[in-house]
Amino acid sequence: MARKTPEINASSMADIAFLLLIFFLVATTMDIDSGLNRVLPPWSDNQTEAPDIKERNLMMVHVNKYDQIAVQGELVQVNQLKDRAKEWVLNVANDGNLPEKKEVEIDLIGKYMVSQGIISLQNDRGTSYEMYMKVQNELTRAFNEIRDELSKAHFGRTFQELEKNQQDAIAVAVPVKISEAEPQNIK
Amino acid sequence: MPVIRKKEKKEIGQISTSSLPDIVFMILFFFMVSTSMKETELVVKFKAPQATEIQKLENKSLVSYIYVGPPATRELIAKFGEAPKIQLNSSFSDPEQIGQFIASEREQLNESDRNKMTVCLKADKDTRMGVITDIKQELRKAEAYKISYAATKAVGKLQ
Repeated sequence: MARKTPEINASSMADIAFLLLIFFLVATTMDIDSGLNRVLPPWSDNQTEAPDIKERNLMMVHVNKYDQIAVQGELVQVNQLKDRAKEWVLNVANDGNLPEKKEVEIDLIGKYMVSQGIISLQNDRGTSYEMYMKVQNELTRAFNEIRDELSKAHFGRTFQELEKNQQDAIAVAVPVKISEAEPQNIK
Repeated sequence: MPVIRKKEKKEIGQISTSSLPDIVFMILFFFMVSTSMKETELVVKFKAPQATEIQKLENKSLVSYIYVGPPATRELIAKFGEAPKIQLNSSFSDPEQIGQFIASEREQLNESDRNKMTVCLKADKDTRMGVITDIKQELRKAEAYKISYAATKAVGKLQ
């Protein structure tokens, strides 16, 4: 007759599992990395050569070492920056001093006047990173709001809620054009 | 005829704990799957700036990290001073070493993924832009154009 194998006592299983659980609880880091995504321009040895951009299509944003912000040479506060950028990019009244618009045929949207404006952000070596990020954030917010408005007008939803192809269409209509210029010392 | 029932002494049976290991294992697996171990020991300390328009970094295996901030411990401060330093891998580095760092990080990726490589710049909010600009210039030279400025989600409105 075959002998019965004795049953293994499983009551300590819970303790072992608890031990492992506590180890993972302590060792885990849940935070997902997030941040502002940017694409840097390619390196060029010839630094003096300026790209050929019309003056009206360029919005200069300077941040100096005292963390003061100037838009087109005019001092502004951080909280004004978003509206200034939005107004400038949209150019609702087709002002001759504000950026040009080019008519582009886009899938799902149709003909749309795409603003040719580029925001050029220049900072001093003494600017604090915090202020720089605030400015970057405000400028991004300007573009995101324009995208949201256009998304609502065409698809009735915010940009984040759109399908992938709809998002692509909006992204073509409202490209995020923030250029991080060559470093310079500004007063 | 009414019968007065005697109060029966109701005993609550013991709760079976045999399913406890299963439950604990379930939680354990959840944590095992969702966890990501700290890969590098930080030698700089940083507090990321706040922002509202942040996006998540999608593919962690394609991300390389550069940390910037003042040295983390007293001993390190005594040795290197309080000025913000750059950390690559697990040691202090000069901006000139970034090119090499990017090249070695790129080497580890699949050939098809190399152009999708993103550099996550984790810098302390009190850093001056001089250091950051140096890093950016080195990244441009190393042809690592995709960059993400690490930030934490601002609760409410930025002041």
